[in-house]
Amino acid sequence: MAGHDVEAVRKDFPILTRTLAGDRPLVYLDSANTSQKPRQVVEAMERHYLEHNANVARAMHQLGAEASAAFEAGRDKVAQFIGAPRRDEVVFTKNASEALNLVARVLGDDGRVSAGDEVVVTTMEHHSNLVPWQLLTQRTGADLRWFDVTDEGRLDLDSHTLTERTKVVAVTWVSNMLGTINPVEEIVRRAHEVGALVVVDASQAVPQFPVDVAALGADFVAFTGHKMVGPTGIGVLWGRYDLLAELPPFLGGGEMIETVSMDSTTFAAPPHRFEAGTPPIAQSVGLGAAVDYLSRIGMDQVAAHEQRITAYALDVLRELPGVSIVGPKEPVDRGGAISFTVDGVHPHDVAQLLDSQGVAVRAGHHCAKPLHARFGVQSTTRASFYLYTTEAEIDALGAAIRHTQSYFGAR
Amino acid sequence: MNAANVDAMYQEIILDHYKNPHGAGLREPFEAEVHHVNPTCGDEITLRVHLDGGRVADVSYAAEGCSISQASASVMNELLVGKSVEEGLQTLTVFQELMQGRGQVEPDEDVLEDGIAFAGVAQFPARVKCALLAWMAWKDAVAQASAEEDS
Repeated sequence: MAGHDVEAVRKDFPILTRTLAGDRPLVYLDSANTSQKPRQVVEAMERHYLEHNANVARAMHQLGAEASAAFEAGRDKVAQFIGAPRRDEVVFTKNASEALNLVARVLGDDGRVSAGDEVVVTTMEHHSNLVPWQLLTQRTGADLRWFDVTDEGRLDLDSHTLTERTKVVAVTWVSNMLGTINPVEEIVRRAHEVGALVVVDASQAVPQFPVDVAALGADFVAFTGHKMVGPTGIGVLWGRYDLLAELPPFLGGGEMIETVSMDSTTFAAPPHRFEAGTPPIAQSVGLGAAVDYLSRIGMDQVAAHEQRITAYALDVLRELPGVSIVGPKEPVDRGGAISFTVDGVHPHDVAQLLDSQGVAVRAGHHCAKPLHARFGVQSTTRASFYLYTTEAEIDALGAAIRHTQSYFGAR
Repeated sequence: MNAANVDAMYQEIILDHYKNPHGAGLREPFEAEVHHVNPTCGDEITLRVHLDGGRVADVSYAAEGCSISQASASVMNELLVGKSVEEGLQTLTVFQELMQGRGQVEPDEDVLEDGIAFAGVAQFPARVKCALLAWMAWKDAVAQASAEEDS
């Protein structure tokens, strides 16, 4: 295991040494839901609150200057981490959902999507990259269309043809349910051919592998801090600067203005135009520390570890009788989330029994109800992995599934 | 939660009802049909109520969900069919008190019969909604059916 020392990494995450009720060691396999946080991130936020806390940009005192610098330093780090050509292309939001809602809202307000136009998504979307587009198309009279998914859980790019009517293609980079990594570059190519904008939900991508938004060529990329060892309460919208500069504001309030009178307001330049009100200051500090942490390990290493662990988990799950993987069964173009069903045991009962063995997973529709419907299941159990996941934990998952099957008499 | 608590939740009675649900399926006649969903987990139930002169003549349902939600619908069917609407609503109140009692409420077997098996579920806040899904659907349906009968 040259390069990535999982045991050393685990020492940075005190929560992973916890034992749960019944003296069972925690086996945390729910990182696609939210990742755990290393000491370095928590301590950076603690230091900020205890030593530098003030509001940003509007406090003329020394603490205000320190807080502003710390907040903007988080932006610099994120911009560098994702290869953003300009730091002011990084807009902070409260989460990825807000980032996606922001884009959908302002594209509509700007008249870039209107009656007769078409917005294209995929059946693979998390609700947060589906519902905002439903709302936009309902609001504007545009049509919502989508790329379907094959039985193997791959995007079927032949299932819909983009045309001049297509104004936006919104697609997830990595499915939070199936784990599928989508050919986003190809989608960008096809969309730009017809002049459509491309919005990428990278919530499961940025945490898992190196991302270079400039090389990707999309117009907007959204992701969230808490899935990449950062804090909750901060999301990121990256957008091409020339586009951001043309778009109207999202929320109105402090910080997003240039000047205000009783009848009219002019707006600040990006990114502040899209950041009304007191922003997530400590969260930016925490996200900056998260980015430093991941960069120190190296995203290539993080990705390679994710690949290894996912391949190992696919092997373990495939060998379990009565267990069916929903999504790609080979570790090719595949991220570290595996959804599965257990014959004769409902996913919620699976998750409950796994929890009784110390194994934390997610069960339900994973905010992807249409995708579950596509595969004819109401819900699934999902195990997801990250840079601190060990093969021993995957073995514990396998053992806990076997225990669940015997408990419910399913095997 | 440890293994002992899980055993408290997955009582033999619950697993029996899960595997052999009573009164499952949608039947005619009915005065009201409702569809309830637990949005956090996606469990669903379609439930019909047939009232006959202030009595619950039938509760029929098609449900998809975990063992707790399925068993709860089955136990509810056993408890409510044949009772007066008023007795049914009282039973609902007693069951609700048990489920929302965080494991501190002593279940009344005379009223709840097999329903006492859900006492262990009350220790798992995330699962209380599963146990109540069918009951809330019935409450909704019976209100609609009663309004129908009165009109």
